[in-house]
Amino acid sequence: MKLFDFLKGFMLADMLRGHKVTLMNMFRRKVTIQYPEEMTPVSPRFRGEHALRRYPNGEERCIACKLCEAICPAKAITIEAEPRKDGSRRTTRYDIDMVKCIYCGLCEEACPVDAIVEGPNMEFAVDDRSKLIYTKDKLLELGDKWEVSIAERLRKDAQYR
Amino acid sequence: MTDTPNTVAREVTIGEDFTLNFGPQHPAAHGVLRLVLEMEGEVIKRADPHIGLLHRGTEKLLETRSYVQGLPYFDRLDYVSMMCQEHVWCLAVEKLLNIEVPQRAQYIRVLFSELTRVLNHLLWLGCHGLDLGAMSMFLYCFKDRETIFDFYEAVSGARMHANYFRPGGVSRDLPEGLEARIAAFAAEMPKNIDMLEELLTNNRIWKQRTVGIGVVSPEEAYDWGMTGPMLRGSGIAWDLRKAQPYEVYDKMDFDIPVGKNGDSYDRYHVRVEEMRQSLRIINQCLEQMPKGPVKVQNFKISPPKRSEMKGSMEALIHHFKYFTEGFHVPEGEVYVAVEAPKGEMGVYLVSKGGPRPYRAKIRAPGFAHLQSLDHMTRGHMLADVVTIISTQDIVFGEVDR
Repeated sequence: MKLFDFLKGFMLADMLRGHKVTLMNMFRRKVTIQYPEEMTPVSPRFRGEHALRRYPNGEERCIACKLCEAICPAKAITIEAEPRKDGSRRTTRYDIDMVKCIYCGLCEEACPVDAIVEGPNMEFAVDDRSKLIYTKDKLLELGDKWEVSIAERLRKDAQYR
Repeated sequence: MTDTPNTVAREVTIGEDFTLNFGPQHPAAHGVLRLVLEMEGEVIKRADPHIGLLHRGTEKLLETRSYVQGLPYFDRLDYVSMMCQEHVWCLAVEKLLNIEVPQRAQYIRVLFSELTRVLNHLLWLGCHGLDLGAMSMFLYCFKDRETIFDFYEAVSGARMHANYFRPGGVSRDLPEGLEARIAAFAAEMPKNIDMLEELLTNNRIWKQRTVGIGVVSPEEAYDWGMTGPMLRGSGIAWDLRKAQPYEVYDKMDFDIPVGKNGDSYDRYHVRVEEMRQSLRIINQCLEQMPKGPVKVQNFKISPPKRSEMKGSMEALIHHFKYFTEGFHVPEGEVYVAVEAPKGEMGVYLVSKGGPRPYRAKIRAPGFAHLQSLDHMTRGHMLADVVTIISTQDIVFGEVDR
């Protein structure tokens, strides 16, 4: 038995077994993807870049209840509000500091009118930190841009919320 | 340390002691560990870990946040076993609130705690392999980790910092089809673990780098306050899931793997076997999981359903209360610990009533393990320091918190 162990060691049996594994893996299906061209699917609950939504008639949803500002653990949201000319209460300022934001999704959970959502977009890297302070205009613009996919994911996930 | 002034050039003679700074930017330092090593040639005489480079003041921040807001901070403690940390916070808050979580939520939590354990041990195995020169391990482990991240994303929306468990249950039910996907993963994973073991277990280089390195005797393991695989690697069958079962662990059938010699090689075996046991628990969870609600139906502690909130005034009030003030937790003190992948993760929570904790002390396993680094490395070579840091499974998010 000792001779056998010696021979096994001498013939590098343990190494060869390892090499067999790595060799087999060369012929397995690739799991990597060509990222900018290909994307992995994301779930309807994905929490990416924020957006402020509008109603189908173009009226902004946000009613300045400040629940998102209150629940935000990172204190990334700043809201100022006053009555608009037509008497309805709206935000005059809605800033999200995307550097502070921890993408926990609590703002979306808190919003009673589905105004602030975390959309499916994850590609919003910028070359300047100051561009990561999202203002109300920017957020509404993002809402218009992503509305179709945001509405779709909210519809898919509605039964669980 | 030397008393020679810096301005005078010192003559270094062979065999003289010298001090070596290891980290905080060293790739093998697992984050931001600064290790000051007093060396005699290539042999370690003393290892002095300097911590605090990742200190974020989590415990203090928790005092200024409501119980729900405090939860995301727990993801960021030990950032490779996220849901286990959330678990301990939820259990602590629930114990103070004295509420019973619905069965389904308990099963989901145990299911995801065990997925997290596999996630953590896969990262550990990959990085341990990488530290010791087995590059392919890292790639193979990360391939399987990616599958678990997909489960994380499917339930919570985030791949890592999930914010999924909540005091009183979990935030949302499992989406349709996820249970089947997890079952498929649990069926396939043992084969992948076999493959990983095939690469390492008998490999002579692996054995030379791990056998007899960082030996901890059972008594020493007790004395240094070790928990988790570090303790079990030394042969002590202590596991909080068995010793003081929480949630539905008492209904689960699983074994506690223990080591014999207390060296790095044994701890490697313990962790690999723990992955297999976790997969067993995952299978049992999927089989036994009942239907039903996933959070307590007390709307002072968990928010009502969105559809209800939009229609009922009372539900809307509960919703507003929950997201602004938070819920009030009765006065009291509680220590709750769970078996996190790295060891005993505990929270000592003091409430003086009101919606915020008065004080929360986090007991992180890595902190207790790191104190034994000096003891474990003494007399070993410089290259073995890398093995020992790695075998302790240090993550700085929880050590520095």
